[in-house]
Order: sequence, then C-alpha cells, then structure tokens
Amino acid sequence: MLAVQQLRKSFVGPDGARVPVVAVPEFQLAAGEQLALRGESGSGKTTFLHLIAGILAADAGRVEIDGVEMTALGEPARDRLRAEKLGYIFQTFNLLQGFTVLENVLLGMSFGPRGADRAHARAVLERVGLGHRLGHFPRQLSTGQQQRVAVARALANRPRLVLADEPTGNLDTRHAGEALALIREVCREQGAGLLLVSHDEGVLSQFTLRRDFAELNQAVREARP
Amino acid sequence: MTLPLIVYRSLRQHALSTLITAGGIALAAGLLMTVWRVKVESQAAFTQTSAGFDAVLGARGSKLQLVLNAIFHLEASPGNVAAADAEAIRRHPMVKAAIPIAVGDNLRGFRLVGTVPELFSSVEFAPGRKYVLEAGGRLFSIDAREAVAGSFAAQRLGLRVGSVFRPFHGLNFDPKAEHAEEFTVTGILAPTNTPADRVIWLPLRGIQTMAGHDPKAATDVSAVLLQLRTPTAGFMLDMLYNKQGNRLTFAFPVGAIMAELFGKISWFDRVLELVAYLVALVAAGSVLASIYNSMSARQRDLAILRALGARRRTVFGAVLAEAAVIGALGALAGLAVHFALYVGVAGLIRAQTGVVLTPWAFHAVLVVCPLAMTALCALGGIVPALKAYRTPVAETIAPVS
Ligand SMILES: Nc1ncnc2c1ncn2[C@@H]1O[C@H](COP(=O)(O)OP(=O)(O)OP(=O)(O)O)[C@@H](O)[C@H]1O
Ligand SMILES: [Mg+2]
Repeated sequence: MLAVQQLRKSFVGPDGARVPVVAVPEFQLAAGEQLALRGESGSGKTTFLHLIAGILAADAGRVEIDGVEMTALGEPARDRLRAEKLGYIFQTFNLLQGFTVLENVLLGMSFGPRGADRAHARAVLERVGLGHRLGHFPRQLSTGQQQRVAVARALANRPRLVLADEPTGNLDTRHAGEALALIREVCREQGAGLLLVSHDEGVLSQFTLRRDFAELNQAVREARP
Repeated sequence: MTLPLIVYRSLRQHALSTLITAGGIALAAGLLMTVWRVKVESQAAFTQTSAGFDAVLGARGSKLQLVLNAIFHLEASPGNVAAADAEAIRRHPMVKAAIPIAVGDNLRGFRLVGTVPELFSSVEFAPGRKYVLEAGGRLFSIDAREAVAGSFAAQRLGLRVGSVFRPFHGLNFDPKAEHAEEFTVTGILAPTNTPADRVIWLPLRGIQTMAGHDPKAATDVSAVLLQLRTPTAGFMLDMLYNKQGNRLTFAFPVGAIMAELFGKISWFDRVLELVAYLVALVAAGSVLASIYNSMSARQRDLAILRALGARRRTVFGAVLAEAAVIGALGALAGLAVHFALYVGVAGLIRAQTGVVLTPWAFHAVLVVCPLAMTALCALGGIVPALKAYRTPVAETIAPVS
C-alpha cells in the first residue's frame, strides 16, 4: 500500500549548512493497516508526512502509494494522486475558515476523480456526528467539532491512506480519546490505512502497531553526536 | 462548481475590499462610457441639427457664430442683413426657401425670435416632420403682438395660450430692460427635440418695431435661413458671398461648420479620454493591489486547497477569476453609474442648447467597455495569481516547529 525507500530531505539551516531532517531507508504499511509513529518534537515527523503526501519534494528516494511511484510523477499527476488516494488530518485542522462545514468537506472531494458529491459529504458528516452543523462556519464550532470536520474532510474522498499529524494535539484528554477512536473506526469502515504521528503516549498506546520514528529516521540519529 | 464556490467565498470573506474595489471600477467604467458617448453622440447630434436648412446667410463674420445664432439660438448675432439683401437671396433661382429671422430680445433668458409664418407652414425641421401647434393654439398673425412658444420655453416659463408677457431687451435677461409692448401667446408648439423648443417665436415685425430698437434698422433681419435646390448651389453662393462679396457671410453646409467646431475642441475630448483611460488603469491597478494585499492572508487557504489535491493552475485560476469577477461586478455597476451620469449630462445639454441626446439608446461602448474593464482587471489579477501559483504548500500549511 505505502512503500518508502531511501527517502531523504534536508533543509538549509540558519548558518547556511544543509541539515538533514528525514533519512528513511525503508518503511512500509499494508493496505488498511493502522500504525502510529512516536517521535519527539522537531524529529521530522511532519516533514515525513509532507513527503509522503507529495506536498514537499524529496531530495532523493521513492514513495509508492497503491502501486504508483509518486516520486516519479510530475506535479499535476502528484496532485491528482493526492486528491484521489490520500486523506490528510492536520494537527491544526487547517479548515478553510471562509467555507461552511459542508463546503470544507465538498472541497476535500472535488479535486478527486469522483468530484464533489453532496449526498456522500452529508453522509460522512452524519457519520462524525455533525449532520446538524452543515451550514456552520468553522469558527462557530468547538475545537472538538472542528476536529471532526477535519476527519470528515480527510475521509470524504474515500482515500486508501489517511495521514494524521498529531490529530488530537489540540484536544483535551477525554476528547482526544473520542476523536482518536472515531478516526480509527471510520478508517476501518472505509478500508483506509492510517499512518498517525504523535508524541502523546496516551494516543500511541491505543495502537497495536507502533514504531519509534527516531529508529526509523536515520537523520535523527545522525543529528545526535 | 468548485471554482465558483472558491471565488464566491473568497469575495465574501473580503467583502469590504471587494465592494470598495468594485466601486472604484464602477466609477471608472461609468466615467469612461459617459465620456465616450457624450463625445460621439453630442457630436452626431450637433452636426445633424440643421433645423431643416442647408445654409445661413448673415452679416460678415464667423460662420460658426452665424450657425450657432441662427440654428442653435445660442451666441450673439454677428450683425444684421439689410432688407434688400434678404429679398435678393429669397428671389435667387437656386434658393428653394428663405426664412428670415430677427433676434435681440428675450423673455427671462429664453430667446424671442422674429420670423415669418412660412417657417411653420412649409419647413420640415427634420425629414418628414413639420412644426405642429398643440391643440387649442393658432399661429401668430404677422401684424399682431402675438407669439408662439416652443415647448421647453413654454413649460419653463409657464406660458399658456392667452398668456400675456412683456419682452426684455437683449439676448441675456436683465430685469431692468423690460419693453413696454405686451404680447399674447396664441399657441404652443409640440416638442421637436431641437433647439427650437427653447424659442418663443414672434412675427418678424414684432421684433423689428419694438420700441427702443433702432428705427433705421427696422427692416433689417439678423439672418436668413436657406434651403437650396441643389448642393452645387451652395458652392456657387459660397463663391458669390464669401469670395467675391465682402458684406455678408454665407454659412454652408450647416453640419460641416459644426463639425469644424468639434474639430477645434477635439483636444479637449482627447484630454478627457486620456483622463478616463487613466482612471480605468488605476481602477484595474486597485484590483491588483487589493487582491495582492490580501494574498498573505489567503495563501494559507490556497495551500490547504493544494494539500486537498488542487493543482497549481486551479489556484491560479481561482485568483484570476476572482479579479475578473470583481472587474465584471464593477463594470456592471458602472453601467448604472454611466446611465445616471449620462442622464444628467444629457439634461444639461438639453437645457443649455435644446439638443437632445437619448440616454437609453444602445451604443457599442456599453458592451465593449465592461468587457474590456473585466479583461483589464483579470490582467491585474495575474500578479497575485502568480503568487498563488508559487505558494509553497508544506511551508505555508504547517508552521515550522
Ligand atoms: N521549511 C523548512 N525550512 C527549514 N527548516 C525546516 C523547514 N521545515 C522544517 N524544518 C526543520 O526540520 C525539523 C523537523 O521539523 P518537523 O516539523 O518535521 O518536526 P516534527 O517532528 O513534526 O515536530 P513537532 O512534533 O514539533 O511537530 C525542525 O528542526 C525544523 O526546524
Ligand atoms: Mg509536526
């Protein structure tokens, strides 16, 4: 489903030297699998997910999603692949503030091959318990509700893989637990794989499949003397 | 449905700047269309106004002044034409009709023009249209102190059949210069939409014999309006009066003389046009600036859209479309601005000259200008659209930890 090989990314540091942030020799995730990556702040988790999603260009390496080698594609094709196969849940939700709940979800679908399907968008929002908030704007929702919109948006295009970047980081413990359960349930229902990154042990402990990002990412080890 | 939704929401989100920018465009487009139409249509209206005459014979002087005075009832009369000269041109074999007029008095700013009944019985002031009296009126008798009022003058002065008035001396109203003679209105003319609507017509003798007018000039007229039998007659009479003679001026053809006037003031049109173009350019620039300024705020939204799978060219198109929509909204509102302005200008021109412009007529500029304005704004949108195109998704979307 997801296969990563020799993936490298470095940034130019303040002193002008290149600082390696991601160096992952090998990583795989099977279809429908749910895996959590544990990593400290600044260890390159977000960068890793950006590379997988193709919104950041890697310096080297391969990312293969559902049999398609994304790193070999041109940008428009990568955009299409992302719209078609991936769902992304951001730590800060990244909802579009000027758009209603329903429109946020519709936009999540509209760039994919199936296009914006109102009935499906409604159904997904019903599923996350927001059927009565379709016309609300994000600022009119509680943080937990905004998070559920983000979940609905990521799943509305029936993705093969959901990338979740500390999806519960902005929620208190009780809501975080509920939100996480929801994400996992919905992914399971839709047959989507889930790759989640977090440094929250409470979140990580819910997963049977867990890995240490520091172990996976050689750049972290290289950075340590 | 995606692109319209994105554009619509973005416009809503920046409603105030959308409104202000579109308002600026509306003013610019309205001004541009108005300047253009006033120029083209007033020129057409003035050069086509001839009151049905081919030429004017008057005292030696400027042809333009002669035409303005005799046809448009504006400006002072350049001087008098002796009765013998008027009679000579009337009898000229190439002249179909010769209508003498005499000016020199007014009624509260509206001109009194002395003339002969033939003007009303035999002259078509426009093809197929003769002067018509409103029901209940009759023409003045040539020897009586009677008057027939043009529709606009009658309406403004409240004249009715049976109204009695005393003229004032001179072409400009001076309350102290009232004549003793009393004239009775015997008829009101139906509107002609020509300068004649502003005139109160008297029998020729009425003006000539007004107390206080020079008795020696009592048989003179101010000008003679002429219909010619053939256009060649105009060139022959031009030779006769203007080149060989030196006492009189023969103004022919009437339309060409007005066209010359517009030629002389064309620099003014060009300045006005230039100003209007500059305003349009500034308006398009304001679209650029207003969208560009809000770019940093919307770059995050655009990056989110990209992360959802939107392509670069989609976000480029969204910003471009937004600029074009602002332009189109402004241009549409500009049509309203234009009609408001044009109705005002046309009213002013009508009140001042009697020449009628028709605001509701269609003119190509009413389509071309809004389209051009929209295109110009879209062009201005290219700059912020490029910025949207270049937005780096990962950096914009996630603040670096
Ligand atoms: N665009 C960039 N330019 C330069 N350096 C960057 C850029 N993006 C990330 N970095 C650096 O890369 C490193 C990893 O960043 P990243 O956001 O991936 O960490 P993270 O593991 O997601 O941290 P957190 O848990 O705090 O979210 C950081 O040291 C960061 O400063
Ligand atoms: Mg992060």
